[in-house]
Amino acid sequence: MSAPQKATPGWLAAIPALALGIFFIVPFAIMLSVSVAHRVPGGFFEPGFELASYIRFLSAFFGSILVTSITISAAAAAICVTLAFPFTVFLAGMGRRAQTWILVILLSVLSLSEVIIGFSLSTLLSKTAGVGNLLAWLGILETSRAFTPSLFALLTGMCYLGFPYAVLVLYPPVSRLDPELGEAARTMGASPLRTFFGVTLPLLRAPVLGALVLVFVFTLGVYLLPQVLGRPQHWTLSVHITDQAIFQSNLPFAAAMAVLLLVVTLMLVGLTLLLGRDAGARQ
Amino acid sequence: MTELSLHGLTKRFGGFTAVDDVTLDIPDGDFVCLLGPSGCGKTTLLRLIAGLETPSAGRIVLAGQDQSDVPTHKRGFGMVFQSLALFPHLSVIDNVAYPLALRGHDRADRHARAQELLDLVQLGGMGARRIHQLSGGQRQRVAIARGLAIDPAVFLLDEPLSALDANLREHMQVELRQLQQRLGVTTVVVTHDQKEALTMADTVIVMDGGRVQQMGAPMEVYRDPANAFVASFIGNSNLLPCTLTRDRTLEMSGVRMALSDADRVKCEPGPAMLSVRPEDVRITDAKGLPATVAFIRDLGESVQYVLDHQGTELTALFAPRDRPSAGLGDAVTLDFETGRRVVLAR
Repeated sequence: MSAPQKATPGWLAAIPALALGIFFIVPFAIMLSVSVAHRVPGGFFEPGFELASYIRFLSAFFGSILVTSITISAAAAAICVTLAFPFTVFLAGMGRRAQTWILVILLSVLSLSEVIIGFSLSTLLSKTAGVGNLLAWLGILETSRAFTPSLFALLTGMCYLGFPYAVLVLYPPVSRLDPELGEAARTMGASPLRTFFGVTLPLLRAPVLGALVLVFVFTLGVYLLPQVLGRPQHWTLSVHITDQAIFQSNLPFAAAMAVLLLVVTLMLVGLTLLLGRDAGARQ
Repeated sequence: MTELSLHGLTKRFGGFTAVDDVTLDIPDGDFVCLLGPSGCGKTTLLRLIAGLETPSAGRIVLAGQDQSDVPTHKRGFGMVFQSLALFPHLSVIDNVAYPLALRGHDRADRHARAQELLDLVQLGGMGARRIHQLSGGQRQRVAIARGLAIDPAVFLLDEPLSALDANLREHMQVELRQLQQRLGVTTVVVTHDQKEALTMADTVIVMDGGRVQQMGAPMEVYRDPANAFVASFIGNSNLLPCTLTRDRTLEMSGVRMALSDADRVKCEPGPAMLSVRPEDVRITDAKGLPATVAFIRDLGESVQYVLDHQGTELTALFAPRDRPSAGLGDAVTLDFETGRRVVLAR
């Protein structure tokens, strides 16, 4: 087969390659070098090679923070996609106009920053100005109470943040799904519920896993919501990295934690994708 | 007896009536083709029978049982979709076994039955493959096997062969017909291809504008079309405007033509339309309709003459040994086979 004429000139690839090099690889290399640098107590750091920062991480304290971070993000991803998947399936079944409006509203939610979402939710869930008053007025609660800070408030914030992304990842494959597949299952004797779990969900395994990974990674990097909506025991590794870098002036340790978080994240994402592929081929 | 009856079945989408007051009976074991141009309501009618659409009015009765309120998944019909709708996440055998899995058959049981069906459609060795590893014709067969897995009371197919190339399609038409005869399952196939309908069906239902235009055996519909639409849609037909007089004589552009008792008259005296099949047009020396030869097309097994009668185009088909001596541009007179003329309302 002869090579077809390319519509896109190859040198265009140099632009993203350069951008990636300057804005991603170089800073990452700097971070790596800082993570093995020697810390000058009370000061900054000086170049060198030592694993002191990494060794310091190998304590029960930071280990438990890593587990907490991963658990909270995984829970947020699971809740978020569990809500976003049926939402997207219903969205794709709506009329064109309704779909456009809902997608526009979802996109506008993306313009809200973590700060706005965090403080809005902390107000909304507070005792004096929040939903507690509403619930008390309705008679569901005896007196108003605060729902924040709590794990519930933190997960709510993370789900709010991740939901539009999950929908946007799921929407194209869900709307492209041939409706005859579901109808076929129904003619063969599958109830609507069984069709959803037996056909719709397995057919969309890959995008669902993609959405899970995206929300997981995205919420892993969140460092403001745990401080605004969570208790200190819910503070994730990202919070501690910020703390070390900015308030403790321990850049080598912050860099080491960032590198470790990256490695663990990559391993988990790889494992998820591998599991997803195996399950698909085995069945 | 599992006769399928439709009573006044109607489906409206907003202001548009897709299926308009359809009443018909399909006998047990019959192979029925729903035939019509796109947008005539044939697919909607099939989806109504399957329960995928809710009728706006009317009833669907199977063996005396009203099916109108039975949800799709409880009707126990088999269906093959236009897109085939095979499940890409399952193997071939698991696709065929899926309806059995839904009915709680254990794995060994349903795989044995699925294997039987795959053998029946000549895909015995393909069970372990994935759908994307099969050719178009093989996918077609998997979809048919899956539709038959539960021994359906009624087997429904929506344009099942439309994605196949011409040769494979003709082959599959014969195969589907033979399979249906062997199993004796009542079958309803939607198609827009009249040749396909004539090849396979016991009964052809011609639809247009959401209504049934004619229902009957293929040759009956071909020989004796109920109206001008059916005459032109099933096979090729020459349609000539004419006037029918009280004494069963046709007048067209000054020529009078007496009808015999064997000719079919389906309208009142007055303006009418004469329908004649190309194979029933004769070139004669006797008096008849004047025309000139506009084009001659040699098709190998037949010769087609395109004739011009005062601006109206007619086609005539001859066997090679009956080839007329008239050449291109010659003036000829035409006559039509006695007993094969059909006079329709204009």
